[in-house]
Amino acid sequence: MISMIQYSDITSLIHQTLSASLSPVATQITEIILSALLAFIVMIVCVIIMVYMERKVAGFMQMRLGPNRVGPFGTFQVFADVLKLLLKESFTPNSADKFMFNLAPCIVLMVTLMALAPISWGPGLVMWDSNIGILFITAITSLSVIGILMAGWSSNNKYSLLGAMRSGAQIVSYELSAGLAIVTAVILSGTISSVGMVESQADGWWILKGHIPAMIAFLTYVISSTAECNRAPFDLAEAESELTAGYHTEYSGMKFGIFYLNEYINMGVVSIVASTLFLGGWMPLHLPFNNEYIQLFNHLMDFIPSWIWLFGKMFMIIFFMMWFRWTLPRLRIDQLLKLEWKYLLPINICNLILATAISIFGWHL
Amino acid sequence: MSKDELKNYLGQHFSEFSLTESFDFTELHVPKENILDVLKQLKESPATAFDFLFCETAVDRNPALELVYHITSTQYRHDLVVKTVLEDRENPVIESVYPLWTAAELYEDEIYDMFGIRFSNHPKLRRIMLTDEWVGYPLRKDYQDDKMIVK
Amino acid sequence: MENIENLNNEQLMTEEFVINIGPQHPATHGVLRVEVTLDGETVKDILPHLGYIHRGIEKMSEHMGYKQSIYLTSRMDYLSAHINNHACSLLIEKACGIEVPERAKAIRLIMDELQRLTSHQLWWGSCAMDIGAVTPFFVGFRDRERILDLFEANTGNRLTMNYIVPGGVMRDVLPNFVSDVRDVIDEVKSNFKDYTKLITGNFIFRHRTQGVGYLTKESAISLGCTGPVARASGVQCDIRKLYPYDGYDKLDFKEITDPGCDSWARYFVRMEEMKQSIHIIEQLLENFPEGESRTKLKGVLRVPAGEYYQRVETARGELGVFMVSDGSTKPYRLKYRTPCFSNLGAVTAIGKGLKIADLMATMATIDLIVPDIDR
Repeated sequence: MISMIQYSDITSLIHQTLSASLSPVATQITEIILSALLAFIVMIVCVIIMVYMERKVAGFMQMRLGPNRVGPFGTFQVFADVLKLLLKESFTPNSADKFMFNLAPCIVLMVTLMALAPISWGPGLVMWDSNIGILFITAITSLSVIGILMAGWSSNNKYSLLGAMRSGAQIVSYELSAGLAIVTAVILSGTISSVGMVESQADGWWILKGHIPAMIAFLTYVISSTAECNRAPFDLAEAESELTAGYHTEYSGMKFGIFYLNEYINMGVVSIVASTLFLGGWMPLHLPFNNEYIQLFNHLMDFIPSWIWLFGKMFMIIFFMMWFRWTLPRLRIDQLLKLEWKYLLPINICNLILATAISIFGWHL
Repeated sequence: MSKDELKNYLGQHFSEFSLTESFDFTELHVPKENILDVLKQLKESPATAFDFLFCETAVDRNPALELVYHITSTQYRHDLVVKTVLEDRENPVIESVYPLWTAAELYEDEIYDMFGIRFSNHPKLRRIMLTDEWVGYPLRKDYQDDKMIVK
Repeated sequence: MENIENLNNEQLMTEEFVINIGPQHPATHGVLRVEVTLDGETVKDILPHLGYIHRGIEKMSEHMGYKQSIYLTSRMDYLSAHINNHACSLLIEKACGIEVPERAKAIRLIMDELQRLTSHQLWWGSCAMDIGAVTPFFVGFRDRERILDLFEANTGNRLTMNYIVPGGVMRDVLPNFVSDVRDVIDEVKSNFKDYTKLITGNFIFRHRTQGVGYLTKESAISLGCTGPVARASGVQCDIRKLYPYDGYDKLDFKEITDPGCDSWARYFVRMEEMKQSIHIIEQLLENFPEGESRTKLKGVLRVPAGEYYQRVETARGELGVFMVSDGSTKPYRLKYRTPCFSNLGAVTAIGKGLKIADLMATMATIDLIVPDIDR
């Protein structure tokens, strides 16, 4: 990895400064807080870009311009929207269950942010280097359904309840496919740790090395995670023309802002996980052949910094998710669940068996 | 059937009721007690087969209220107007033709709303256009409303 | 707390609950309140509540002269404004025995068919939006704008035109009308392939509409449904073919019926009707007559006493105007038999037993315009 300053230099410098003046426990706690804040800030910046991107992409796909008044090319639109949401009154309906009503957005956001912990952001840059990182992500993201059900129930609104029930069924079903796709990647690489996963792609991304099972797993993972994020064509939990806004109908002001933020952070997390598992995370594109020209190509690829690779892949997957949203109509709840249980799940299971066979016999690159 | 054939048929089978001509259609005038039987016969007889009620409305002919049914046959493409007169202005009641044509449900709701004619055997007679607490029947000629109507 | 084994079946049953769809709702296309009783996702009962936009058009017409009451009809089904005005004008011409020049008839028919095109384009966009795809809405409106620009240039207005009057049309069209209409029609024809790519050929859309919202032929006739709703159930009821007016009998076009009876059939019938409208306009442009565009009438019209009925085919079905005249300058009773009023009965008949998402798809394809229902 050729770069001017290594991430490990910065992290060890910070560690030395802190441990010089604080006790080991305090150092640990400070480091945890600092790294969490940094990850949060990075995600917020990504969300700002994503919201702007969504509106511009939607505009261009619908033959119109999107925001172009507030700031040059409309870049300050997101800040204007956030300011508006902050200034709005966040009222609670009279007969709603106040405790759960106010707690639901926090749970949903908390769960999504916790999934950022084991992600490997660069060489030597990871908040929590555990050897079960990917399992942790799968487990944590499945808790978001609790927040959604709480939001729907405590709103005291039949539309919200309908939306929350639909969403609950949908998320619980699609977790299975997403989980199986993750397991396929894990079988191919042999490690559940996210750092280990990225480093196992040093000689080539899994989508190239693992050929058929990896490509199928990548596709099913992207489809399942679009459903997990409640994005179109699986967005009937918040189907605008049927239920007005589904489970977050009754939320206004910053509480709605938190749900909105959570949707984009969720998309970001899912894209980063997809790129970590199949597209190499922060690893540049290396081709797994021994030809000297290909080795030269691999060296050239190393010149592009790792953060460009990571965020480039993440935004590419996000662009695909936005593309789906603005092109396809919505699936009905029974068609959606049929897609999962009758088509995606059997395909995933067969794919898993195929990946296991390939891994045992060493038929991958 | 053509217009003349229809007139002959009606003259034969419904000779006790009078037939007149309006600009477009033949009109059959039926007293209110027989209206459901006559319409049922017109609908079910294979020679006429009037299966499509395309308009049902009321006209306020001071002092009586007149109910007008426009029916047509999708098979033969002949039209007929059936009229009946309700003398009692205070409490007009007549049988509903909902059992024959489901279209009558909404038409009769509107006639009740605007004219005050009650229909017996209607599944759910209610005011559909105006609010439930409205007093009076606007399309009657003696309806007074100094606020809403500009003369 | 009772032991759960002791609860019998009745106490463990799920309950039905009632929700209101509307009056403010993105899918009802107007202020319509539909009270739906749901058991889970399945609709058990539907009760529509109307009257939110009841303006008393029939009562108002009794206090206005004949020429003035025509302008109220543009506001009934505002997406078929020309056709509504046409119906009233034809009625008065029939009653008073007024002859309309050939050029006026051709202009009226072209305006009617263009209006039908714009109505179906808007319907297409909002139907796709109700099913979930948002982009076709913009595509439909973009195509519609070209025709509305044409309306604005020739009649002065985009939505409620008040252009077709008894005796002909209000004023003559612009000199390059024929070539303008030809350009617009060519553009609309070439945009049809967009419609197929985006929605008609879309797998998800077909699954949302095929087999959904079944309306049998007998139900359609009994409910008094007309227009594309009835034609998609196999009923032949195109007024332009059965009781032609103003020259429709000299034109060559097909009446589109489909025995499918489901939402997909209703969708398909309207798409084909758009193609037929284009065909009609092309024929009218071939032999566009010269001459007067309006027969001069007296200032205040007096219609001879009697009862008259006129039917036309709007974009949504049969519009019937029933007039009782007592010989004075104002109508004694003017009743509008609007197509959406009867088609609303179809929503109630189809709706029971559907899932709620299907109810939205069905209402989208039945194409209700609420001011038409409430008048």
